[in-house]
Amino acid sequence: MEREPVLKFEHIDAYYGSIQVLYDINFEVYAGELVCLLGGNASGKSTTLKTILGVCKVRNGTITLKGERINGKPTKEIIAMGVAIVPENRRIFPKMTVMENLELGAYLRRDKEQVREEIENIFELFPILRKRANQMGVTLSGGEQQMLAMGRALLSRPEILLMDEPSMGLSPLLVNQQFEIIQEVNQRGTTIFMVEQNANMALSIADRGYVLQTGEIVLHDTAQALLENEMMKKAYLGGHEDEEDTGE
Amino acid sequence: MIQGLILPGQDMHLFLLELPQQLVNGLTLGGVYALIAIGYTMVYGILGMLNFAHGEIYMIGGFTGWWVLHLLSRNHQVFMNSAAVIFLMIILAMIVSSFVGVLTERFAYRPLRNAPRINLLLSALGVSIFLRNFVLNYQGAKARTFYVSSLIPKGLQIIHVGPVVISFMRILVIILTFLMMGLLTLMIKRTKAGKAMRATAQDLEMATFLGIDVDRIIVMVFIIGSALGGAAGVLVGLLFTQVDYYVGFQAGLKGFTAAVLGGIGSIPGAMLGGVLLGLCESLAVIFLPSEYKDVVTFVILVIVLIVKPTGLLGEKVPEKV
Ligand SMILES: Nc1ncnc2c1ncn2[C@@H]1O[C@H](COP(=O)(O)OP(=O)(O)OP(=O)(O)O)[C@@H](O)[C@H]1O
Ligand SMILES: [Mg+2]
Repeated sequence: MEREPVLKFEHIDAYYGSIQVLYDINFEVYAGELVCLLGGNASGKSTTLKTILGVCKVRNGTITLKGERINGKPTKEIIAMGVAIVPENRRIFPKMTVMENLELGAYLRRDKEQVREEIENIFELFPILRKRANQMGVTLSGGEQQMLAMGRALLSRPEILLMDEPSMGLSPLLVNQQFEIIQEVNQRGTTIFMVEQNANMALSIADRGYVLQTGEIVLHDTAQALLENEMMKKAYLGGHEDEEDTGE
Repeated sequence: MIQGLILPGQDMHLFLLELPQQLVNGLTLGGVYALIAIGYTMVYGILGMLNFAHGEIYMIGGFTGWWVLHLLSRNHQVFMNSAAVIFLMIILAMIVSSFVGVLTERFAYRPLRNAPRINLLLSALGVSIFLRNFVLNYQGAKARTFYVSSLIPKGLQIIHVGPVVISFMRILVIILTFLMMGLLTLMIKRTKAGKAMRATAQDLEMATFLGIDVDRIIVMVFIIGSALGGAAGVLVGLLFTQVDYYVGFQAGLKGFTAAVLGGIGSIPGAMLGGVLLGLCESLAVIFLPSEYKDVVTFVILVIVLIVKPTGLLGEKVPEKV
């Protein structure tokens, strides 16, 4: 168990201007894990991802990626170390084709042949994207955009994949599909750190989870334990019981 | 009444007679406007700002071309192969203009990238005034003349195609401007750098998240835009044989109008806008005295902005944050 985590937060405080948004955040993600960070609106989930990417500067604490301290580094260096993101709202390039969006995922790679094969794999994972390959990003549905954003991120062959609310704006059926694929991608070896409001869904596929409340981590445990936790049931899992039944 | 105005129908014959001639003139002018417009539109696409200094970049290209021609001539006669002279004029103008463009970006725009847009605009205005006065100071206010007649073999200076008279320079300008537009289109569409440019223009932060070095992309945009602007400066010099420190103002206005006409931010839009603007101006000359040429420009602009505020090929893109 004394492995080096892929990603580690130690005592992170983050601010927007003079307003503090994250308070003493500590967590770690080990290779091969699927870890989720749960929390309601404005709890600081996206901000946590932005601190990893170096977009939101941290004041105190240390973020370590593969053993190297990364806070203060420019975004492009952090990305080059093997971080990929499926951001909030997916942020597909609207006036580029699905194919071009995918190719840009592999921007930093030089092994063209291998990339081509992996684009094939993405098409197998998401067959609808093959049909849309020459369509502009803007013409895709929300679900298709989510798939494309995921494919794009995977094509960089990340050491850690960050995902910001993959369930957002998707119908329950699509959410189920998406999460199955996220689980599959994780089982094939990609380390994933996912931020979610839909605690039920996230915990159903995650190994471990952290719970964020107004900028503080108030709870962390294995996914199984969190699903059974009384406080969790009250605060985060309550409203979703029907969905859980149909989902299983 | 406007003097010299020819009403349609009053002299249709004259119109048909002049049409081919003015089409050629319009394509020449349009190609040049398009080259200038590309610089505006590319910078706007990525930084969301109007680069007011772009007209001066064009002017500096014109001066560079003049100097190359001047240094390679004796008694207004070039002493090198004409094609080589023209090639050097254009290439050196492109190099000098992109150099100035890159310096502008590095020192006047990059430090303000996170400042309010208005600061960036004022900085651009400042660069424009600085460059214009810099050239005024070192080159004087007097217009320089391009002595181009020795550049073209005697028999080729004017070519008659039926009733149409085409000067060799016009053909050259049309070929070169459309060639450059074609190459740019290929580059933007096909190459990895071109794709990275489009991605950066559409979502700069997301481009960063994919590992694209957006600073380098922005520099490339300034290099390309300024090089094309500089080339346009030389081509206009070859065509109309004059350059002075103030030509950037007029050219900048035309290029900007063309960019807005086509839909600012869109590269094909800039090309289309430029060519259309050139054609409209030239065709208007058939009906109106030529002093009204510039009025036509702005009437077109106003109409387009009322009917389609995003320009011909512009699309409504979510407001940049
Ligand atoms: N750029 C910003 N400038 C100032 N405050 C910000 C900025 N971005 C976010 N905040 C504030 O920081 C807090 C945390 O925001 P964050 O986006 O991290 O929340 P979140 O957990 O991702 O919420 P959601 O579920 O709605 O996406 C919020 O109070 C928000 O208003
Ligand atoms: Mg968020």
